[in-house]
Amino acid sequence: MSSRTASPPSVAEAPGPSVLTRRRQRTGWLFIAPFALVFTTFLVVPLGYAFWLSLHTKSLAFGTRFSGLENYTKAFTDPAFLEGVRRVLAFALVMVPLQLGIALVVALVLDSLTTRLAAVSRLLVFVPYAVPAVIGAMMWGFLYSPDFGPFTQLSELLGLPAPDLLDHGSIFSSLVNIVTWQWVGYYMVIIYSALQGIDQEIYEAAQLDGANGLQTALRVKVPMIASTMVLITVFSLIGTLQFFNEPTILQAVAPGAITPDYTPNMYAYAQAFSYSAFNYASAISFSLGLVTFLGSYVFLFLTRKRNGLS
Amino acid sequence: MTTTTSDGVATTRPAGQQPDPAHGPGTATRPRGRRAALRPGSHLFLVLTAAYFMLPVWWLVVAATKSNTALFDGAHGSMWFDDDVSFVDNLVQLSTRSDGIFWRWMGNSLFYAVTSGVGATVLAVLAGYGFAVYRFRGRNLAFSILLGAVMVPPTALVIPTFVMLANAGLTDTRWAVVLPSLLNPLGVYLMRVYIQDSIPPELLEAARVDGAGELRIFARVVLPLLRPAVVTVLLLTMVAAWNNYFLPLAMLNDPDLLPITVGLGQWQRLSSVGSGGEQVWNLVVTGALVSVVPLVVAFLCLQRYWRGGLTMGGVK
Repeated sequence: MSSRTASPPSVAEAPGPSVLTRRRQRTGWLFIAPFALVFTTFLVVPLGYAFWLSLHTKSLAFGTRFSGLENYTKAFTDPAFLEGVRRVLAFALVMVPLQLGIALVVALVLDSLTTRLAAVSRLLVFVPYAVPAVIGAMMWGFLYSPDFGPFTQLSELLGLPAPDLLDHGSIFSSLVNIVTWQWVGYYMVIIYSALQGIDQEIYEAAQLDGANGLQTALRVKVPMIASTMVLITVFSLIGTLQFFNEPTILQAVAPGAITPDYTPNMYAYAQAFSYSAFNYASAISFSLGLVTFLGSYVFLFLTRKRNGLS
Repeated sequence: MTTTTSDGVATTRPAGQQPDPAHGPGTATRPRGRRAALRPGSHLFLVLTAAYFMLPVWWLVVAATKSNTALFDGAHGSMWFDDDVSFVDNLVQLSTRSDGIFWRWMGNSLFYAVTSGVGATVLAVLAGYGFAVYRFRGRNLAFSILLGAVMVPPTALVIPTFVMLANAGLTDTRWAVVLPSLLNPLGVYLMRVYIQDSIPPELLEAARVDGAGELRIFARVVLPLLRPAVVTVLLLTMVAAWNNYFLPLAMLNDPDLLPITVGLGQWQRLSSVGSGGEQVWNLVVTGALVSVVPLVVAFLCLQRYWRGGLTMGGVK
C-alpha cells in the first residue's frame, strides 16, 4: 500500500446535500454488492458450514447428531493428523527461508546488472511459475524416477549407487526441491520489482560513504524492501501449510513414501472422498484454515512496523 | 510500489506501466556506465541458476520426442534425444486417445480460466471502485474483513463447498468449478489500491458537475483509465484458474469435464506401476509439454502486465 492510501481524499467528503450523500452511500454498496454476494456464498457460508459440520457426527445407527468438539478432540489426538501437521511445519521451516533466500540473492544479483544475459536469466528463472504445479510435480517425478531419470544414469556413469529420490528418506528433500523450483521465480520477480523501485540517489549516497556492492545490498537494499519480504513470507507460509498438489501427484510414483495422510490437506481429502467422513474432514479443514489464518495474522502483527499494513 | 521521487514526494506508479525493462523509469535513471561493468562471478551464478530452472523443461522437450519404450531405455540417456524421433507419433496418439479427450481437457481448462477469470475480474473492479471512491457506513469494517479473507487458505473451503454444492445438486457440473473460482479477495484489494492511487477525485467531481450519473462516470470516465490494472488482475485470476487442481479434483467425476491438470494427473496415476492401467507415459509427457506451451508463450508475451500485477499488491 502506498502512503497515500492512509488518508484517501474521498469524494464523498465533499460538502453537499445529505440526500446526495445518502444516495452515494447506496451507490457504494451497489458496486460492492456482486462481490459481497460471492464472498458470502463461497467464503462466509462454507466457513460457517465447515464449522457446523465439524460439530456434528454422522453415523448409520443414529443419523446426524450434535457431537460438540468431539471431532476436534479426535483430530488433535489422531496420530495421522498430528504427524501431517508436524510435517507441514517442518516443510514451512525449511521451504519458506530457502525459497525467499534464493529469490532474494537472485534478485539482488539481477538488480546489480543491466546486461542482456541478466534479462534473459530473469525470464528463464520465472518460467516455472507459468508451469502448473501439477505438471511441475509430474516433471520432477519423472526426473527422480529410477527408470527414466538422469540422476540414476548419472550415478551409473560415475559408478556410484543410484539414489532413490522417491524413497522414504529422500522424499522430503525431493518435495522441497520441486516447490523451490516452482516458486522462486515468482518471489524473485516481486523482490526484483521492489528493488527497481528504490531511488537511485540512495545508492550514490552509500557509494560516497564508501560502501561496496555487498554492503549496499545488505545494509541499504534489503532493509528498504522489508515490507515486500514480510508479505511474500506470509504468502509462502499460507501456501506451504496448505501443501497438497505436489505430494498428491508424487504419490502416484512414490506410493511407499507418500501416504494419503502425508499432509493435513491430503488427509482431509482422503477422509472426505475415500471414507465419506465429511464431518471429520471439515474439522480438519477448519482447524488447518484457522491455524493458517492466525499464523499469518500473528506474523503480520509482529512485523507490523515493517510491513506497511499497520 | 511506492517510490520517493527526487522532490521527496511519494508516488505510486500504476501497475502495468511500470515494468517495461527497456523504458522503465527505474532503468532510465540508472548510471549505466558503472553497472555495465563485466561481472564474471555474478554472470556465472546467473547462468547456473537459469540452468537449474530450465533443467526439467529441457528434459520435457527431449522426452516428448520419445516413444513409450525409448523413455525407459532410449539411446543417449534421458537428457538427450533418442535416435528415433517419435514426437509426431506421440502427438497423433495424444490427439486420438479416447476420442481426443486431451483436447477436450485443454478446452475445459481454457473455459474455466476464461469464465472464472473474467467473472472474478468484473467483480473485483466493481468492488474495488466501490471501496476506493465511496465513503459509506461499514466500509472500513467490510474492507478489514476482506483483508482478513486474503489470508484464509482457499483449500480449507473446498470440502465444505463440495458438501454445499452437492446438496444443491451442482457437483460434477461446470458450475462447481466456475462459481467458487469467482472469489478473489486479493483482486479487490489490488483494484482498490490501484484506483485510489491513479484516479484523482477531482476528475469524478468534474464529471458530476457536468451532470453525469454515477454509473456513467464509472463506465465512461474511470473504466478506460483502469485498463492496465484490469488486464493484470485478469491474467492473475486466469492463471490461478488454469493451475487449479484441488477444487476440480474434488468437484468433478465426469472425464468430459476435467481440466487438463486433473486429466493428466489421472493418466499419470493409471500408468503408475501396480495400478493395472495401460502405461501411457509418452502421452503424459507429450501432454504435459503441449499443455505448458500456451501459458509460457502467453507469459513471455505479456510480461509487462504480470510484472505489474505481482508488484501491485502490498509492495511498498
